[in-house]
Amino acid sequence: MEDHVKVNYDTRIPNNVGLSSDRKVLRALEKWHPGFIDWWNQLIPPRYQQSMVYLRTAVSADSKGWAKFDYVKMPDYRWGVLLAPRQEDRTIPCGEHYGAPAWQEVPGEYRNMLKRLIVIQGDTEPASVEQQHLLALSAPSLYDMRNLFQVNVEESRHLWAMVYLLFKYFGRDGREEGEDLLRRSSGSEETPRLLGAFNEKTPDWLSFFMFTFCTDRDGKMQLESLAQSGFDPLSRTCRFMLTEEAHHMFVGENGVTRTIQATLEAMNRVNIDDPYDIDEIRSLGVIDLPTIQKKLNLHFSLSLDLFGQELSTNAANAFNAGIKGRYMESKLEDDHKLVDDTYTVKTVKNGKIVAEEVPALTAINMRLRDDYIRDAARGVKRWNTLIRRNGVQFEIKLPNEAFHRQIGVFKSVHADVDGDLIGKEEWDRNVSKWLPTSGDNDFIQSLMEPCYEPGRFASWIAPPRVGINNMPGEFDYVKLHMA
Amino acid sequence: MNNSVDFQTDPSNYRHWRVDYNGAIANVYMDVDDNGGLFDGYDLKLNSYDLGVDIELADIVERMRFEHPQIKVVVLQSGKDRVFCAGANIRMLGGASHSHKVNFCKFTNETRNALESAEADSGQKYIAAIKGACAGGGYELALACNYIMLTDDRNTSVSLPEVPLLAVLPGTGGLTRLTDKRKVRRDLADVFCSTEEGVKGKRAEQWRLVDEVITNSRFDQAVLERAGEFAAASDKSDVSEGIVLTKLDRTFENDGNIRYSTVDVEVDRASRKATITIRGPDSTPTNIESFIDEGANTYLLRLARELDDAILHLRLNELELGLLIFKSQGDHEKLVAHENLLLQNADHWLVNEVLQLWKRVLKRIDITSRSMIATIEHGSCFSGILAEILFAVDRSYMMKDEFEDDDRRIAHISLTDANFGMFPMANGLSRLQTRFLGDQNFLQAATALKAERLEADDAEKLGLVTMALDELDWDDELRIFMEERASFSPDAMTAMEANLRFAGPETMETRIFGRLTAWQNWIFNRPNAVGHKGALQRYGSGMRGKFDMERV
Ligand SMILES: [Fe+2]
Ligand SMILES: [Fe+2]
Repeated sequence: MEDHVKVNYDTRIPNNVGLSSDRKVLRALEKWHPGFIDWWNQLIPPRYQQSMVYLRTAVSADSKGWAKFDYVKMPDYRWGVLLAPRQEDRTIPCGEHYGAPAWQEVPGEYRNMLKRLIVIQGDTEPASVEQQHLLALSAPSLYDMRNLFQVNVEESRHLWAMVYLLFKYFGRDGREEGEDLLRRSSGSEETPRLLGAFNEKTPDWLSFFMFTFCTDRDGKMQLESLAQSGFDPLSRTCRFMLTEEAHHMFVGENGVTRTIQATLEAMNRVNIDDPYDIDEIRSLGVIDLPTIQKKLNLHFSLSLDLFGQELSTNAANAFNAGIKGRYMESKLEDDHKLVDDTYTVKTVKNGKIVAEEVPALTAINMRLRDDYIRDAARGVKRWNTLIRRNGVQFEIKLPNEAFHRQIGVFKSVHADVDGDLIGKEEWDRNVSKWLPTSGDNDFIQSLMEPCYEPGRFASWIAPPRVGINNMPGEFDYVKLHMA
Repeated sequence: MNNSVDFQTDPSNYRHWRVDYNGAIANVYMDVDDNGGLFDGYDLKLNSYDLGVDIELADIVERMRFEHPQIKVVVLQSGKDRVFCAGANIRMLGGASHSHKVNFCKFTNETRNALESAEADSGQKYIAAIKGACAGGGYELALACNYIMLTDDRNTSVSLPEVPLLAVLPGTGGLTRLTDKRKVRRDLADVFCSTEEGVKGKRAEQWRLVDEVITNSRFDQAVLERAGEFAAASDKSDVSEGIVLTKLDRTFENDGNIRYSTVDVEVDRASRKATITIRGPDSTPTNIESFIDEGANTYLLRLARELDDAILHLRLNELELGLLIFKSQGDHEKLVAHENLLLQNADHWLVNEVLQLWKRVLKRIDITSRSMIATIEHGSCFSGILAEILFAVDRSYMMKDEFEDDDRRIAHISLTDANFGMFPMANGLSRLQTRFLGDQNFLQAATALKAERLEADDAEKLGLVTMALDELDWDDELRIFMEERASFSPDAMTAMEANLRFAGPETMETRIFGRLTAWQNWIFNRPNAVGHKGALQRYGSGMRGKFDMERV
C-alpha cells in the first residue's frame, strides 16, 4: 500500500496508478496532453497564465498530505491521476450483484452504461472552467481570484481523472470519447456540452458563487453516488475527487456568505432595516438580499434539472447493475437491492402537485435529489443565522422543486417559489420577483470592478475570516504578471 | 366504436406533428405530445411513438401526395431539442398484447414503405435531418427516408439498441434496410446493432449509416441547401395545386357493420367472418378535366381510401374475424370506362397518385393476416383494377351458369393492362406473374385474352379462379370451405397463407415482411423478451431480463 500512496513523479504525469509501467495508457494520455494544454491556453487569458498563483497541488492521496501549497504558474500545474487508496475486500454495494467482490475490470455487460456515466461526469468538469474563464478580469480580490483558479485547475484535474478511466478501461472508444471531451465546449452552437446547466453563462461573481453552491453540489452528489460504484477504479477516483470538491463547496457557500455579510454591514452602517429598500441598499455598492434570493432561485432550479427525469430507467439500470449507488450507500440500512421498495416522489396529477409512491429503483434520481436538497439547505441555514445575528428581518429560502423547471414533470406547469401551481398570467406577472431581471443583472455587473490590491476587497463582498492555508489578510495570493 | 382505433385523421387533429410548406419543400416536424398516447399507461417521452403518432404520419405522407403535389422534397426533422426520435415507446410495447404489437409493427412498416416509395412513385424525396438522439424506431424512420443527414455535435448518434437493451429486433425494417438498402457491411452492421449507444459523427458516414455528416453550426444551412438542390434536380412535373382529401363517407353500425360510399362491410361474428362488398361506379367522368374536378370524389380514389380504411379497421379492431370475403357488385362497362380513362392518362399526376394508392391498398391486402377469399357472383364487376383483388386473395369461387331467381348479369371477369405489371406485389412481380410462376403458358394465355369477357368455365380453365361452381354446388361448397377454415388454428392459417402468398424473388420488402417480421414475432412470443422476467417486460424497472441461455 505504501508505494501506492506516494505520488509518482517519475513520468511527466503525477499519478499513483503505476502509469510508468502502463505504457498503453501512458501513450494515450501523452497523446491527449497537447490537446489539453491547447484547450487550457486558449481558455484562460494570457496574463493570468503568466501569473504566479498560490495553489495547492495533490502530492499524495492519503488524508494527511494530499494538499501542498505553493506558488505556481497555472500551465505548470501538475494535473495528475490520483485515486483514493484501494480498500481491501471491497464488495459491490448495491443492486443485483450486491455483496460480490467489486469489479477491478469493466464488466462487459455494463461497459456502455459505465462509459456513458464517465463521459457525462467528465463533460461537466471542463465545462465549468469554460463557463468561468473570464471571471478573473473582474475578481473582487486576489483571494477570490486564487480560489477561482484553484477550482479551475482542480476541475481540469477531474477531467484528467475521467480521461484516465476512459483510456485505461475503454479501449479505442474510450480514446475517442477523451478527444470529444476536449472538442465539446460550453455554450457552443457547434458542439455544446452535454448537460443544459453547463451551457449557461457565468457572467459575474455572484453567479460563480451560486454556481459552485448549487451546481458543483450536484457534481458532488453525482460523485458521491459514483464513489459507491461496484466498479472499483471509478469509486476510488471519485472518492479522491470528493476531497477536492469540498473546497469548491466552500468557495461557493463562503462567497455568498461574504456577499451577504457586506450587505448587512452596509445596511447597519447607515441604519437601513428594510431589506426591500433596494435602491438605497444598492446605492451603498452592495447587493440587496432579495436579489441574492433571486440568483439562488435561478441556479437552484437549473441545478435540480441536472438530476434528470423523476422516473428514470437509466438510473434504475445503473443502480441495479451496481455501477452507481445512492448517497452514502454503504451506510444505509436496507437490502441495497430495492426490488420491492417504493419511494415517494412529487408529481402533477389533474393540475395538482401530489405525492406518489413509485418503485424505488426508478426513483433513484429523486432520492439523490432529495439528499442534495438537504445538503444545500444546511448552507442556507447558516446564511440565515448570519442575517438574524445582524438583526435584519429576512430569510433566504430554497425554492420549491416545482419552481422554474425545464426537465421532468414540472416542466409543463408554472409554480411559484413555494410550489403552488399558478397560471401563465400569474407567472408572467410575478416572474420578475422570483428570477433576476436584466436590471438586476446589469446592477450586479456594474459592481464587477476588479480589485487587485493584496488585502483589499470590492465593496460588495467582505473579507474572509480566515485566509487560505491560514495566510494573513494582506497575503499576495496571486502575483499578477505585469505585461 | 368504443376503444377502437380510428385510422382517419386530418391536420386539424394532429397532436404530434407539424408541417410547413414552402414552395417545393415541406418541413415535417415530429413533436410528440407526451400525454397524447393512444392508450393509458405510458407517456410518449422523447419523441417516442405509438400507433396514434404513426397514424398521423401516414396521413401526412398521403396528403403530401394528393394535397401538396407541388412538394418535391420533404425534410423530416424533430420539433424538440436534443432528440430526433427515440423510437417506438417501450412501455407501450411492454404493455401491449401480442396482437397489438404485431399490428402496430405491420402498420408502421407499411407507413415506412409508403414514405420510402414516395420518391419513386410520386417524385417526393424524403430527407431525414437528424439533430439529437436518434434511436431504434427513430433511426428506422430515418432509414426509410431517401437521404439521411446527421449533425456532428460530438454527441448525436444513430443507434439500433433493441438487441442489447430490449432483447428484441429493430423490427420496422431496421435490420433489412441496413444491409439491403444502405448496404452496410455485415460485420459493421453486427457491431452497430449490438452497440447500445450507436455510432456518431464521421464514422456513421464511413459505415454508410447516413449519407452526410455536417458540423452542427452548418447543419441547418446544409439541410436547406440540400433540400433546394434536390428540389431543383427533381424531375417531378410542376403542379400548381392538389386536391383535398375530404372526410370519408363512413357510417359504423351497431353490429360492427360499416357502410362506405363504395364499400360495405358486413360482420358475421358467429362464423367469425366479414364480407366486404365493393360497389362499382354509378357514373364515370368523360374526360380528364372532369376527373380532376371530381377530386376526392372520383370513384377509384374513394374506393381506395374506403377499402384501405376498412382493411385497417378489421385488422386492428376485429381480431376474431378470421375470414374476409371480397365481393363486388356493379356495372362492368362503367368500371371499364373509368379504368380506361385512368390508363389513358396515367402520366397525369393525379391519376398517377390514385393508381399508386391502389397499388398500396392491394399490398395492404396481400399482407393482411386473415384468410381471404373472393366470391365472384352474378352482377359482379371484377375487371382489371378490381380483378387484382382476385389474385391477392387466397382462393376465389365463381358462379357458373344461371342461378334460379337470380336475374343479375351472369358472372364474368375481364383482364386489362392493370393486371400485367401496373400493380406489382412486394416481390416486384405482378400478381398474375406470381400466380403462374410455374407455367408461363398460363400467363401468355391470359395476356392474349385481355379485355375479353371471361365466364366461369373459361376463368377456371385459365387458372384465374380457384373453382367455378354452379347453383347446385355453390352454397354447399362455400359453407363447407368456411366451416373447415374456421376450425383450423388461426396461427397455422396466418403462417401458411403468408408463406403461400409470396412466391418468387425476395426483395427488401418481402424480407422485411417475411424474415424480419417473422423473426420479430417469434421473439415477441419468447420469454426472453416478453416473459415476466423478460427484457421487454422489465425495461424501465432497473432490472435486467433473465434469459434462458439455450440457443433455439
Ligand atoms: Fe469537479
Ligand atoms: Fe467542483
